[in-house]
Amino acid sequence: MIGKLGRAGILGGWLAITLFPLYWIVITSLKDPGDIFRFPIEYWPRSFSLENYTQLFGTAQFGTYVVNSLIVSAVAAAVATGISIMSAYVLARFEFRTKSALLMAALVTQMIPAFIALGPLYQMMTALRLVDNRFGLILVYIAMCIPFSTVMLRGFFENIPVALEEAAMIDGLSRFGALFRVLLAVMRPGIVAAFVFNFVSCWNELFLSVTLMNSDANKTIPTALNGFISSFNIDWGSMSAAAVLTIVPTMVLFAFASRHIVEGLTAGATKE
Amino acid sequence: MEDELTRKRPFTARRGLGIAAFLAPAVAFIGVFTYYPMVTGSQMAFRHWDLNDLTDTSWVGLRNVQAVFADPAWHTVLANTALWVFGSLVPQFVIGFALALCLRRRFPLRGLYQALVFFPWAVSGFLIGILFRWLYNSEFGVVNDLLEKAGLIDQPVPWLADPRTAMVAIISANIWYGVTFFAIMIMAALQSVPEELYEAAALDGAGKVRTLLRITVPYIRVTLALTVLLRTIWIFNFPDLIFGMTGGGPNNETQIVTTWMITITQQGDYGKASAIGLLVVAILLVFSVFFLTATRGKGTAR
Repeated sequence: MIGKLGRAGILGGWLAITLFPLYWIVITSLKDPGDIFRFPIEYWPRSFSLENYTQLFGTAQFGTYVVNSLIVSAVAAAVATGISIMSAYVLARFEFRTKSALLMAALVTQMIPAFIALGPLYQMMTALRLVDNRFGLILVYIAMCIPFSTVMLRGFFENIPVALEEAAMIDGLSRFGALFRVLLAVMRPGIVAAFVFNFVSCWNELFLSVTLMNSDANKTIPTALNGFISSFNIDWGSMSAAAVLTIVPTMVLFAFASRHIVEGLTAGATKE
Repeated sequence: MEDELTRKRPFTARRGLGIAAFLAPAVAFIGVFTYYPMVTGSQMAFRHWDLNDLTDTSWVGLRNVQAVFADPAWHTVLANTALWVFGSLVPQFVIGFALALCLRRRFPLRGLYQALVFFPWAVSGFLIGILFRWLYNSEFGVVNDLLEKAGLIDQPVPWLADPRTAMVAIISANIWYGVTFFAIMIMAALQSVPEELYEAAALDGAGKVRTLLRITVPYIRVTLALTVLLRTIWIFNFPDLIFGMTGGGPNNETQIVTTWMITITQQGDYGKASAIGLLVVAILLVFSVFFLTATRGKGTAR
């Protein structure tokens, strides 16, 4: 209705709008710290410099935050994905009375502002001696990831014919055997998608980690970024470098898994 | 085949135990780390619960809710929330729909294109706030520079310092973030429209606009309605971006309900903050019921 040229225009225009902020933060981070605040604004730096990055790792202990974020996100995402596989399988394959109540309970967790829980969570974690503790944060993140990844994986399970498991069971495998040997092999794209999604959710999470982690040795990246803006003047040099280092790993992960994530997100919505 | 795909097994006692065992870890985690704090937090809404004075945490009934209604900020916050939700949602929907229509037909590198426009999703709302805070910086921001180069403004606009332009800035950032979601959901829905419907419409001599309005939109109406509903709930409950970009400022002028809740929490009044949280849930529930009734009533297709 708008012709080939119009179509290319819309697609190209949106791509430019989408990528420009990324371009800009990368360019900013690669400028010499002095050049960031210089007129006229340079769209392509006169001289490239890694000064912002060396400063970030030198004075701000950014390496510690990266390691913390990696450990917490990887462990929490792996465990949450495993637990979600089990619950999603049962929700996809069986009928039972409490099923709709459970799905509703998962939906409600999305409707309640997370902030309502922060105070009591902090008290509970203090009582359990899990405040400022990576293991404690992992436990909380696992709970945070389960509802969404269960719904996502359920969609994938429902697209696999029951006949596949039945064939495996006839071949002498138990239900467990059928689940682990056959279904999980077929489900691999879905599992990768759920894991990536969980990993990125944990990697990006801010409010829970700000509440629970207060020592410098245990902070994750978003908590550290929050510290950067809390101070009155933002150091845009370090900030841009930190932003790039936060975005790039998740962007690469997402790009690889994007096809499967899209499949997982839309599987439920368009089924009717 | 359809039957094979959806067949579910009946319930027996032994099977019941198996089901419970598979669900137990998920239920345990969500129960302990999500539901327990949420329920405890909710009952704080009916107590005097102030970090500055924890000696008295007695039951005060609806006094916290009254305090919210009586707060002069409440009306600004509500108006801002409405502007934030609809100002973000409508452009997200329109641009997302346009992109989905453009992406429907195959073209070279379509997969790469989708992976690239997917990028905002990998970034947290908080970090997006920071990115746009830098883009809209009044002195060294690239937005002002580009607008000046285009001859649209004579001198730099203090985007985040002026309440009105600050609202425009945060909404533009949210639009940038949310378009992809709509594009993806609508694209998936478009693929579910049977080709025969288009062929029939073409035989009847219907133009493209007519086909879109009479065939495509009614067919995917349910998906559209659900997507809009989910996004509304989500944008309403999305303080992260504003928190990173303006922190609710200048002077509380960009506070929405959930960022205001953060501010009140930081002041230590957990009772009042909880009351705000419960009001959010109430507003969203009422909205969901109205929305579902309204969208179901229209048309005949179920």
